[in-house]
Amino acid sequence: MHLFEAFRMAFRTIRAQKLKSFFSLIGVLIGVTFLIAVVSIVQGLNRYMVDRFANTLVGANTFELRHRPNIITGNVTEETWLEWSRRPRISYSDADFVRDRIHTPATFAKYCTDRVAVHYNGKVAKDIDLVGTEATYFDIRNYEITAGRPFTPQEVETALPVLVIGSEVAEKLLRGVDPLGKSVRIGGLPYRIIGVVAKQGTIFGLSLDKFAVMPFNAPARRLICPINILDALIVRTAEPPSMEQAMSEAEAAMRSRRQLKPWQQSNFVFQTAEGALGTWKKISRILFLALPGLVAISLVVGGIVIMNIMLMAVSERTREIGIRKALGARRGDILAQFVVESAALSLAGALAGIGFGLALAWVVKQVTPLPAAVAPWSILVGVILGISVGVAAGVYPASRASRLDPILALRAE
Amino acid sequence: MTDVIRIRDLSQEYRMGDETILALRGVSLDIRRNEYLAIMGPSGSGKSTMMNLLGCLDTPTGGEYWLNGHEVSRLSDDDLARVRNREIGFVFQTFNLLPRATALHNVELPLVYAGVSARERRQRAGAALERVGLGERMEHRPNELSGGQRQRVAIARALVNEPSILLADEPTGNLDSVTSEEIMRVFGDLHASGQTVIMVTHEAEIAAHADRVLLLRDGQVESDRLTRGEAA
Repeated sequence: MHLFEAFRMAFRTIRAQKLKSFFSLIGVLIGVTFLIAVVSIVQGLNRYMVDRFANTLVGANTFELRHRPNIITGNVTEETWLEWSRRPRISYSDADFVRDRIHTPATFAKYCTDRVAVHYNGKVAKDIDLVGTEATYFDIRNYEITAGRPFTPQEVETALPVLVIGSEVAEKLLRGVDPLGKSVRIGGLPYRIIGVVAKQGTIFGLSLDKFAVMPFNAPARRLICPINILDALIVRTAEPPSMEQAMSEAEAAMRSRRQLKPWQQSNFVFQTAEGALGTWKKISRILFLALPGLVAISLVVGGIVIMNIMLMAVSERTREIGIRKALGARRGDILAQFVVESAALSLAGALAGIGFGLALAWVVKQVTPLPAAVAPWSILVGVILGISVGVAAGVYPASRASRLDPILALRAE
Repeated sequence: MTDVIRIRDLSQEYRMGDETILALRGVSLDIRRNEYLAIMGPSGSGKSTMMNLLGCLDTPTGGEYWLNGHEVSRLSDDDLARVRNREIGFVFQTFNLLPRATALHNVELPLVYAGVSARERRQRAGAALERVGLGERMEHRPNELSGGQRQRVAIARALVNEPSILLADEPTGNLDSVTSEEIMRVFGDLHASGQTVIMVTHEAEIAAHADRVLLLRDGQVESDRLTRGEAA
């Protein structure tokens, strides 16, 4: 008898006993639903964290020389805070010194930021992140300018009061008017808007479009940075290896400039997208470690349920087994029939679980900002697990069926 | 050689607790091709044991059983299954059809285990059902058929593999007398077309359809007589 025949028989039986079949596969269904949904959601979170969180806040192949990290995920002890606050800040000359000693091709931008209020025509936009930086900043951040233009190195040099604004500032403060050429006031001084940056979206519900960028030397710098102090020197290179190299050059330069002994810790940090993800990576690793446990428990339960259902099926269908044996079914035929039936049952559960899992991931995607990303491997794993649980659960009942004495089996009621 | 069955000194013991029961005590028997044999006897005579051994559902504890020139008394379970599949067509008192399967699928079953392709199975099962006059009811399930029709399905199933012997165990035991006559006519027709038929029954009326009647008592052959003109 071909395996194909066994499949046919299995599906005929399952179809004939729909309700019973459904209940028996609910354990496997839940297990696989878990698997698909959790993997999708964690993968989605992962992608969200990498794409939106890390790459938006820091940027790919980019590091920031800072006196302490500004993206903090996880707990920081009081001692660490104290140590951070005692550190010397990054000065203009620190930045120039480091820049001169990085030989790897890289783009640099001095960077200062703080929240300010922006006035226009009697309206006020509060809590706008005002960034004072160099012309290279737009490239480093990959900002797309939807209207107007970025400012130029000459405008930075000559400290012109011009402004490139985020889309939300344009929408809120300059609703219904063309922002280009309009004059807004920051700290009592007029700034001319020369560009608008494309919408960046949100991160964890916070807008990424409430900002304004001005030339580093523009007068409002006194509002956002103490004299001679930088929040960061941003360095971007072409690819990860050159970023590593630039970072080690920068570290050597800073350590020698601050005359740190080899045993002393650096009193500055390099913030990278990778580094910002540290805590998240730990969380997702724990989730991925816990997941197999959760899935395994429901699959074991599901397997036991299926085994019981199959044992019941064998005793209910003893006569059928007797008939089949009388008509020439060998042990292997009966064994195959019940194993395949059990595997098909379990596979049906797994497929339904995949469906539910995908639906669950889709719902999460719809109602939260998280882009649930379905992992194709998790579907494959679901199918394989489904079949294996069915086979494992079916072997014992099937071997009992195959060993039945045809004479006794034919007499069974 | 025209003997389809050669049995020599066949015996069967059962152990029931400490007791050993001798169900058959040295039965010898030859059955020729195209014979129509009825095996009779009161309950406990060894009829059922004989039936199980003839049908290769069991192996004897002593003696020899040659079916179609092959000794089948010492075969393994799987080899016995193969012999049942190819050489024996069973018809049971309780029909023993698969309740959820259609008539056609029931008849196809022996062919499934013979490894016949789906298309050929359909064709042969259909032909077998036509042969017993159920060509119109192939897609019916057993519970949609009368007792007589069910037994016809069972006969079609028994015939579909063109077995050496048709083995019927009280084939009319669950049928009324009119239907019984009908079924016996089917057996008669099959015999007339060359089929070897062996029937186990306790009803003399039914046994009267056979050409030869073997009477068992206490596990031994009491009488073996031809009841109708010598089969040549």
